[in-house]
Amino acid sequence: MIRWILITILTIGLAGVAFWGYQEHQEKNAILIQAENSYQRSFHELSYRMDMLHDKIGTSLAMNSKQSLSPQLVEIWRLTSEALSDVGQLPLSLLPFNKTEEFLSNIGDFTYRTAVRDLEKEPLTNEETKTLEKLYEQSGDLKDELRQVQHVVLDNNLRWMDVQLALASTDKQTDNTIIDGLKTVEKKVEGYTESNVNSGLIGTSSEEHTYQFLKGDNISKDEALEKSKKLFEIKKNANLTITESGKGSDIPLYSISYRNGEKNAYMDMSKKGGNPISLLVNRPIGKEKISLNEGLKKAEAFLKKNQLDDMAIFQSNEYNNVGVYSFLYNQDGVRVYSDAVEVKVALDNGEILGFTARNYYMNHSKRDIPEPKLSKKEAKAKVNPDVKINEEFLSIIDNDIGDEVLTYEFLGVMGNETYRIFINAMDGTEEKVEKLGGTEINFAANF
Amino acid sequence: MNYKKMFLFFIIICFITIGFQASKTPATVHAFSPQVIQHGAVGDDVIELQARLQYLGFYNGKIDGVFGWGTYWALRNFQYEFGLDIDGLAGKTTKQKLVKASKYDKQFVQEQIKKGRDFTYYGGVDKEKQTTPSKNQANNTNNANDTNAETTPTAVNVPQGFSQNDIQLMANAVHGESRGEPYVGQVAVAAVILNRVESPTFPNTVSGVIFEPRAFTAVADGQIWLTPNETSKQAVLDAINGWDPTGSALYYFNPNTATSDWIWGRPQIKQIGKHIFCK
Repeated sequence: MIRWILITILTIGLAGVAFWGYQEHQEKNAILIQAENSYQRSFHELSYRMDMLHDKIGTSLAMNSKQSLSPQLVEIWRLTSEALSDVGQLPLSLLPFNKTEEFLSNIGDFTYRTAVRDLEKEPLTNEETKTLEKLYEQSGDLKDELRQVQHVVLDNNLRWMDVQLALASTDKQTDNTIIDGLKTVEKKVEGYTESNVNSGLIGTSSEEHTYQFLKGDNISKDEALEKSKKLFEIKKNANLTITESGKGSDIPLYSISYRNGEKNAYMDMSKKGGNPISLLVNRPIGKEKISLNEGLKKAEAFLKKNQLDDMAIFQSNEYNNVGVYSFLYNQDGVRVYSDAVEVKVALDNGEILGFTARNYYMNHSKRDIPEPKLSKKEAKAKVNPDVKINEEFLSIIDNDIGDEVLTYEFLGVMGNETYRIFINAMDGTEEKVEKLGGTEINFAANF
Repeated sequence: MNYKKMFLFFIIICFITIGFQASKTPATVHAFSPQVIQHGAVGDDVIELQARLQYLGFYNGKIDGVFGWGTYWALRNFQYEFGLDIDGLAGKTTKQKLVKASKYDKQFVQEQIKKGRDFTYYGGVDKEKQTTPSKNQANNTNNANDTNAETTPTAVNVPQGFSQNDIQLMANAVHGESRGEPYVGQVAVAAVILNRVESPTFPNTVSGVIFEPRAFTAVADGQIWLTPNETSKQAVLDAINGWDPTGSALYYFNPNTATSDWIWGRPQIKQIGKHIFCK
């Protein structure tokens, strides 16, 4: 009898302990993941901000007017302080990472000093420009190293918790890529410090416009299905489903999806007028058979067919045998950046894989474009004389405060970098300076 | 005066070209493939284009197989100097001129790229002096032997302002959040991340948005570290390139598992797959 009571009590006790243990374990795991996540966040933000920093310093080199240079320097200063706090949050207490921190705070000091000063009265000296150039180069190297480490981290699913353990253990044999990578970064900076003691544009509109250009009557579901079949290039009604948008949507939409084997497609169509707003087709892509240039012709033909006239090619890019093209609306030779359309073409058979005209329909309207008050020559004189201007356009962009302004757009080269510079055609303000990237070392191919 | 000189130069070039044309039968372009090469293209033709432009001294960048801005300006300069239409496109005439004016040692260039060496390809300089042995040569000797295979370019196109790593990180999040969803559903999740980056009420970096505490369940329970597939990467690229199937949504939830009343109160835009997207 007593034996049975004892067994029952023990069993209950054991079960209780097991349950408690399990809960502890769960909790520990949850906290571990949370800690891991916050490390990951700091690390990825650090490499992103390094990239931004490099970019911003590069852009500031091409700036000419003080009005745009000062805010840019402030921006760099802000970025360095954020990057510094990212470094501070990484579990690197056991790793000497102070050179990098020093480098960052050097940039910060330099940009702070120059940003708070009245650059109108006291412009950057030659020496300071040289320093900036040097910082640009160094931050570039640093950024590449960090991006490389980041690639390894992502590729091999490395955990910061493991880094911490590896750092804590005295075992030197562990092959820890993060540590090795970061040590390289640190070494790189070490080389700099001495020489250095001296010191989204397209399709965006800050205002959400109201699709004022959508014209026509509301169409029915059947009409929408009929239209979508043409756009999906299919014959039968089978495999199509159609839904209506809810009240949170900017404009009432029909969403039509299509599914057949490996191919599936999705489209948003405005109820008003039945205009396709966006289209996306997903299927396996075969070997490249047509060139990016032929793909462009297909994209242009598609736009023509959908009554999107006066669209001029803005840029083209090839990713994994798919051509992605951006077009800008062109009104009497003036490019309008907010009215953008993107088209995706499969380069195996020339099929249209995607199309989005959200920005176009949202922002498009007939604009009264004024005559520029500045001549092209006057505008050119506002550009940094070190930039060699190769191409020029007239464009309408949204400036920093969200107004649409007419600008002279110059594409120019300084050193090895290409810049896009916008000069207000009315008052000559340097509205925007952009460093153009668009390509990157293929980290995967280097390993 | 300057114009006269230019004109004379132009005439001379014309005569030379005509002379060549008359003395030889017109050489066909057997080197390049017949495609018109334009900005943004990748592949063997771009490698050849860059190598030939470098041979003539127009291109000083890396021969990496991606037609970026450097290649674009080099090509335009070439077209200017040789009196062609300056359009930045390598079409038939441009390619013919290039082939005539330069030499291209395909085997040498492709071998350098395959072995991952730093190298240049200027004309009139000994080739062996323009290359340095690479650090990871041993790893790559195997695939250097099959010369028929396409050479992988050593660079890739990335959308302006994004690194491959940002894309990878987003792909991780998208995969963890929505791997069972249809393709658009994945693009939609990526678009929500980007909409949040744009929005003033959320962090302004991709990693900030993804790792914001309690923002994504896949991050909280560690599913983000599952290896993403190609599809989620593709979806992220589409979202970055401007596709937003959600119509500027900032939130989404699964109606079967959502526990908070707050989320049901948001104005809903639409449902894609299992997720309801809202503002």
